[in-house]
Amino acid sequence: MEHDEQQPSKAVDTEYEVIEPGHSYRSVTDHISAIVLTRKTPKTWLIGFGVSFMVLSLLLMSLGGLLVKGIGLWGVNQPVGWGFDIINFVWWIGIGHAGTLISAILLLLRQDWRTSINRFAEAMTLFAVACAGIYPVFHTGRPWLAYWLFPYPNTMGTWPQVLSPLVWDVFAVSTYATVSALFWYVGMIPDLATLRDRARAKGAKIFYGMLAMGWRGSARHWARYETASLLLAGLATPLVISVHTVVSFDFAVGIIPGWHATIFPPYFVAGAIFAGFAMVLTLSIPLRVFYKLEDFITNRHLDNMAKVMLATGLIVGYGYMMETFMAWYSGNPYESFLMKNRFSGPYMWFYWALITCNVLAPQILWWRRFRRNVTMLFVVSIIVSIGMWLERFIIIPVSLHRDFLPSSWGMYWPTSWDWMTFIGTLGLFASLMFIFLRLLPMISIFEMRTIVPPAEGRSKE
Amino acid sequence: MSEPNQIDAPAEAISAPLDLEALRTRLSSAQGPQFWRSLEEIAGTPQFQAFVENEFTPGTSEWSDPVSRRRLLELLGASLGLAGLTACTRQPAEKIVPYVKAPEEFIPGKPVYYATAIPVSGYADGVLVESHMGRPTKVEGNPEHPSSLGATDVLRQAAVLGLYDPDRSQVVTREGRVSSWMSFAAAAGTLRESLLSSKGYGFRILTEAVTSPSLAAAIRNLLAELPGAKWCQFEPVSRANVTEGLRLAFGRPLQPVYKLDQAKVIVSLDADLFGADPGAVRYARDFAAMRKPEASGGMNRLYVVEPTPSITGGAADHRLALESCEVESFARALAVELGVMAGPAPEVSHPRWIKAIAADLSKHKGACVVAAGQFQVPAVHAVVHAINAGLGNAGNTAIYTEPLEATASQTLPDLVEEMRTSQVSTLLMLGGNPLYQVPADLEFTEALRKVRMRIHLGAYDDETSAVCHWHINEAHGLESWGDARAYDGTVTIQQPLIAPLYGGKTALEVVAALAGRPGATAHDLVREYWQAQNKGMLTEDVWRKQLHDGFVPGSALAAQAVPLAKDWAAGLGSPAKTEGLELNFRPDANVHDGRFANNGWLQELPRPITKLTWDNAVQVSPETAAKLGIRNEDVVELRHGGRTVHGPVWIVPGQAANSITVHLGYGRWRGGRVATGAGFNANLIRTSGTPWHVTGAQLAKTGARHALACTQDHHSMEGRELVRIAGLEKYRKEPDFAQHVGHGPVKEMSLFPEFKYEGYSWGMAIDLNACTGCNACTIACQAENNIAVVGKSEVLRGRDMHWIRIDRYFEGSLDAPEIHHQPLTCMHCENAPCEVVCPVAATTHSEEGLNQMTYNRCVGTRYCANNCPYKVRRFNFFLYDDWESKSLHGLRNPDVTVRSRGVMEKCTYCVQRINAARIEAEQEDRKIRDGEVVTACQAVCPTQAIAFGDLNDPVSRVAKLKKDSRNYGLLTELNTRPRTTYLAKVRNANPELEKA
Repeated sequence: MEHDEQQPSKAVDTEYEVIEPGHSYRSVTDHISAIVLTRKTPKTWLIGFGVSFMVLSLLLMSLGGLLVKGIGLWGVNQPVGWGFDIINFVWWIGIGHAGTLISAILLLLRQDWRTSINRFAEAMTLFAVACAGIYPVFHTGRPWLAYWLFPYPNTMGTWPQVLSPLVWDVFAVSTYATVSALFWYVGMIPDLATLRDRARAKGAKIFYGMLAMGWRGSARHWARYETASLLLAGLATPLVISVHTVVSFDFAVGIIPGWHATIFPPYFVAGAIFAGFAMVLTLSIPLRVFYKLEDFITNRHLDNMAKVMLATGLIVGYGYMMETFMAWYSGNPYESFLMKNRFSGPYMWFYWALITCNVLAPQILWWRRFRRNVTMLFVVSIIVSIGMWLERFIIIPVSLHRDFLPSSWGMYWPTSWDWMTFIGTLGLFASLMFIFLRLLPMISIFEMRTIVPPAEGRSKE
Repeated sequence: MSEPNQIDAPAEAISAPLDLEALRTRLSSAQGPQFWRSLEEIAGTPQFQAFVENEFTPGTSEWSDPVSRRRLLELLGASLGLAGLTACTRQPAEKIVPYVKAPEEFIPGKPVYYATAIPVSGYADGVLVESHMGRPTKVEGNPEHPSSLGATDVLRQAAVLGLYDPDRSQVVTREGRVSSWMSFAAAAGTLRESLLSSKGYGFRILTEAVTSPSLAAAIRNLLAELPGAKWCQFEPVSRANVTEGLRLAFGRPLQPVYKLDQAKVIVSLDADLFGADPGAVRYARDFAAMRKPEASGGMNRLYVVEPTPSITGGAADHRLALESCEVESFARALAVELGVMAGPAPEVSHPRWIKAIAADLSKHKGACVVAAGQFQVPAVHAVVHAINAGLGNAGNTAIYTEPLEATASQTLPDLVEEMRTSQVSTLLMLGGNPLYQVPADLEFTEALRKVRMRIHLGAYDDETSAVCHWHINEAHGLESWGDARAYDGTVTIQQPLIAPLYGGKTALEVVAALAGRPGATAHDLVREYWQAQNKGMLTEDVWRKQLHDGFVPGSALAAQAVPLAKDWAAGLGSPAKTEGLELNFRPDANVHDGRFANNGWLQELPRPITKLTWDNAVQVSPETAAKLGIRNEDVVELRHGGRTVHGPVWIVPGQAANSITVHLGYGRWRGGRVATGAGFNANLIRTSGTPWHVTGAQLAKTGARHALACTQDHHSMEGRELVRIAGLEKYRKEPDFAQHVGHGPVKEMSLFPEFKYEGYSWGMAIDLNACTGCNACTIACQAENNIAVVGKSEVLRGRDMHWIRIDRYFEGSLDAPEIHHQPLTCMHCENAPCEVVCPVAATTHSEEGLNQMTYNRCVGTRYCANNCPYKVRRFNFFLYDDWESKSLHGLRNPDVTVRSRGVMEKCTYCVQRINAARIEAEQEDRKIRDGEVVTACQAVCPTQAIAFGDLNDPVSRVAKLKKDSRNYGLLTELNTRPRTTYLAKVRNANPELEKA
C-alpha cells in the first residue's frame, strides 16, 4: 500500500494490474470504508465543498433571476433560440454516458478492470444528469409549465405532441435518470451494509442501516443481487445508445443546415462516450491522489480509459470529416455554406479550437508513454471536455446564427447570466460529488474484493 | 443637456446622514399618534420625500444588465409606461351602468369606423379610424379619399399610439405650474385687451405649415383686428423650395401634383415620391398601377437621381447616386439636351445618363414626368418644370395648383431678428417645437428669451414649453375638430374619435380665445367657417355627408394653366460650386422632424433602407468610409460652419460618394421618455438659409463607439434565389422564369395522402414588383395585433417583435447597388417545420390552412423558431407588453390577445379579421366573399402589393395571382409548401444604360 506506483521500476510489467499487489480483503475494506467512516474530514474536503457550494449558490441565484425576469436574461435571441441552455444540456448528458457504459456494458462484457471506477463513474452519471435536467426545464419561456411535456391526464384534454423530439427527450432522459439511479443504488447496497456494520456512531448506523435495506449478505441475497444487477445492466445498456441518439434527434429532425444530418446519432453517442471518459479521467486522477487510491485506480485503468477516449475520439473525428464531405457531396448550397461559415465565418475560432481539442489533442494517446503520463492524461481529458463543449456550441448557435435567409442572420453571445448558470451547474456537480465522496464508498468494496487474488486475500486475512 | 436623473436621487436618501437627536426631538414634540416607517421618514428629508413619491425603487430595473437600465426606462414610456403618471387623467371611463338607451350603431364588440384626417406637416391624409366602444384603436386608409385610396403611410398608422402616449402633455401650465384652460382663457382675455389697445404691435404668431382653411381664416381675422401683429410659418420639413422653384418657372408660387398613373417614364431628381412627399401614398399607388409587366401597354420606367438611397430609389429601374449639389447641373444638362434651356450644358459626371434619359423622355412626350424633390434648391424645380412644360407634360402628368399652405406675413429669420432686437413682446407658438427644430444658426433660444410673453401650444411638454410662460396641452389629431388639405388640396373635415383625453385644445380654440371667444368649441368654429364658406347653405345633411365620407367633394385645388415665364432661366443664377464633402439633412422616415420621437412603434420600425432603429446616424458612402478609415458605429465629429455635432457612422451602399446624410428628429432632450436621449441633434449644424444640403462638411473620428440597433446586418442574398428578378425582355420571353429556379420536391413524394381543404384555404401573394419597402405593413400589423415594443437594447440582441418584416437586399456594386425589398409574413407552410417540433402542440395547422399559435399552451421551448427556415417567429423573452399603464389599455385591439412573457408569437394572417368576416357571412348564410377578409398589412399597402384570400375560390384575387407566371414560393426546395408566395420582380431597364 505504501509503494509508489509512479516508480518506473514497478511498471515494467507489460500487463498492469487492476489492483496493486499486496492487498487483502481486509485492507481493501479498511481502506475504502475508512474514507467515509473513520478518517477525519480533511480540510481540503471542507474547502472544496465550501467553494463548490458557493458556486452552487450562483446557480440558485441565476435561476431565481430567470424566474423573476424571464429567459431574456440569457443571450438567446432571434435567430439563435437555443444557446448555453441546450449546449450545456447536451454536454452534461454526454458526460453522463461514460458512467453507464462502464457500469453496464463493461459489466456485461466481464471487463473486471471497471470495478474500481464504476461506482464514482455512476455517481458522476447521476450528477451530470441532474445538472443536465435543470436546463430543459428552465430554458422554457414559462418553466412553471414545463411539466406539460409529460403525458398526464389533464383538464386541457390534450397530450404532448409526440412527433416532437423534445417529448422523446423527456422519456429518454427521465428513463435514463431512473435506471442510472437504480443501478447505482442497488450496486451500493452490499457496501452500505458493510458501512452499517462498521459504523461506530449511532447516527451513521441508522443512516447506513436504512440505506442498506436489511442486507445481510446471505447467499440468497447475493443471488438476488446478481440477478438484479445483471437485469439492470441489461436495461441500462441500450440506454447508453438511446439517450444520446434521442438527444441528437433534437437536431437531426430539425430542418436547419448543420442539424439535419443522418450521421448525428452514432456521432453523438461516440461523442458522449468520448466526453464521459474524459470526465471520468478528470475526476479520477486527482481523486486517487487525494485519497491515496493509486492501488485501486491503477495506471491500467487510466490506460484503458485513454484507449477508449482515443477510439471514440477517432469516431468523432470521422463524424466531422463526413459532415464536411457530405456538405460538398450533396451539392446543397445551404450545407456547403454552413461548412464554409464554420471554417471561416465569425465563429471560425470556435471551430478550429474544436478540431484542435477533439481531433488533434487525443492523437498523442497513441503513445503508451503519454497514456502513462498522468499529468498529460489529465490535461488531455480537460482539453477533450472543452472540445466537446465547443462541439455543441458549433452545432447549436453556429448552425442557427446563419441559416436560410441572410436577412435574419444574427450573432449569439452568452450573457453573464448564461455563464452564471453554467458555472453554477459545475458547482452543483462538484457539491454533489463532494457529498458523495464524504458519505458513500466511492469504490465498490465488495467488487474490489472479488479481484483481490484469492491466495493473497486469504493469506493476509 | 440632460436633466439630472430623478431616479438616481433617492439613492442618496438612503445614505444621507441622519441626525438622530433631531429625530428624537421631532418625535417627542409630535402630537397624537405618530406612525413612521423609517428613520428617514421622520427626518422628513427632501430626498426621502422624493423617494416616497418616486414609485420605482432605484435599481428595480437593473436586473437584466447594465446597458439596458436607462434604455428600459425610456422605452417604458410608450410601451411600458408607468402607471402612476396616468392617475390624474381622464382614461376610458369605468362605467358600470349599462346603456338604457344605447347610442346609435353602438354594438358592443363591434368596431365602428369614422372618417377623419391626420395631418403631418400640414398635409392631411384621409383615414378611417376603427373605434371599439369609443376607443380609437386602428387607423385605416379612406378608400374614397384621393390621397389615400385605402392606404396610409407609417406616420398615420402610428397615430393611435401617439394618442395614448402616457408622456403626452396633460395639463395647461403657467410658468411650469399646473394651471387650467380657464385660467389661460382669462389671461387671453386680458392679453386681447392690451393687444387691441396697442393694435397688436409686438404680437407675433408662429405656426407650423397651415393648410387648414378654418385656422388660416381665424388667424387672418385676428391679424385684421391687430394690424401690428404678424404671422410666421415655420415648418422644419418645409416645401418652400417647391413653391419658390415654381415661382421662378411660372412667375407665381404654385405646387405640382403628379399624375403618375399616366406617366410611362418618370424621372425623379431627388424626389422621394413614395416616401417623403405629401402625396406619397397616392403616388405609390399610381406608380404600381402602371407597373404591371403583363399589361399590354408595358410597364413604366423610373429613373431616380439622388444622393442618399430612398424607397423611391429602391423602386427605380435606374438609380444614380449623385451628390445633392450636382443635381442642379444634372437637371440643367438634361434641360439643355432636351432643348428646353439654351446651352451650353454644364459639365456633368454622367453624360450617358443625360443622353439616355433625354431620349427616353422625348419618346414619351406628354406621357412622362420629371419631378424634383423638396430638398433640392428652387432652381432645380424651375428647370424640372420647364422640362415638363417643354415636353407637354404640364397639364397632363404634372398639374399645377395654388400652394396649399396659407400665406404667412413673415419669414422665420425676420421673426427671430425682431425677437432678438426685443421688438416682440408676445409670441404665440401654435404647435411645433421651435426651440428644438429651428436650425442652430438662427440662435432661436437666445432670441426667445427676449420675448416678454411666450405662449406655447404643444402636444408634449417639450424643449420649447419648458421656457414658455404658458404651455397649453394640444389635443391630438384624433381628439380634434378641424380641417386640413391633402396633397392635391382636397379638404377633409377632421372629426374627433374621442373626447380629448387630457382636455387638450386645438390651435383653432387658442386663436378663438385670443379673438375674444374663449368658450367657442373647435366643432363650432369649424362648422361656422364652412357655413360661411357655403354662404350659409351648408345643410346638416351635406355636412354630415362630408364628415361621413371624410372629404369635401370637389375641394381639390383647380389645375392652373400656366405658361413658362418669359425669361425664367435668367433668374436661376448659376449652380453652386461644390467642394469637399456634402452634408444632406433629411427628415427621418419614422420620427419625421422629431415630433414622433416619443412614439415607440416608430422608433423601433427599421428604416426602409438602413434598417436602423432607435437612432439616427451619420450616413456615409462606402467610398468615404474607406477614405477616412471609419467603420460602422464609430462616433465621428461632424463639422460645418463652425458648428459640430457627434454621431455614429453608418455606411450606406448607394450613398453618393462625397455625400453625408444625417436625419432630423433625434437628440431630443425633453421629448418624453422614449424620445429623450436617442440619437444626435442634426439641427445643431443645420443652417436656415440652406436647410437641406451644404458643402464643405468635415468628418473626424473621435475614437468612441456607439452601438446602433440594426435589424438586418447582412446585405447580400449570398447567391440564393430569394428575390427573383428579371429584365422585362427576359420576362417576355420566359414569363415563368421565377419558377425555374432550384429543385422543388414533387408533391407525390409523401407517403401520406394530401389533406383536403373542404371549406376555405387561406393564402397570400405578395407582388415584389409593386412593393416599395415603405414599412406601412409592418406598423399596421403592429397596431392591429398589439405587438409590443422591446427597446433598443433588445433590438440590439435581435429580439424585435415585428410579425411582418421587410427584408432588404442589395445587389451589385457597393456604390450603385440595386435595392430589393421582400416582406416576410409567416408563410403558413403546408408542411410547417415548426408544427412537428412543438412538444406541447401549441402550434398547429387549422383546417383552413392557417398555422396557428395557441399562446395559452405555449411553454416557450423556442424549438419552433429555431426550425422555422423563414425566421418569422417572435419570442417574448421578457414581459414586453405593458400590462400596467392604463393609458395604453385603450390602444389595444380587443380582438387580439395581449401576449405574456415566455410565449412564441407570429403572424396569424389576421385570424381575427377572418373570424369577423366568418361571423358576418354565417349570419347571412353564405360563404365569405373575396375581398371581405383584408389583412392589416394588405389594407395599408399603398401599392396593393399584398393579396389575401381563399385559394379554394378560383376567382379570388389571390388564387388568380397564384396562377400568375411570376408566382414563386420562397425556399420551396425544403418542401415546406408556403402559403405565402411572391410574384417575381421585373425590371424595365433602359437598354441604353444597360449596355455599359
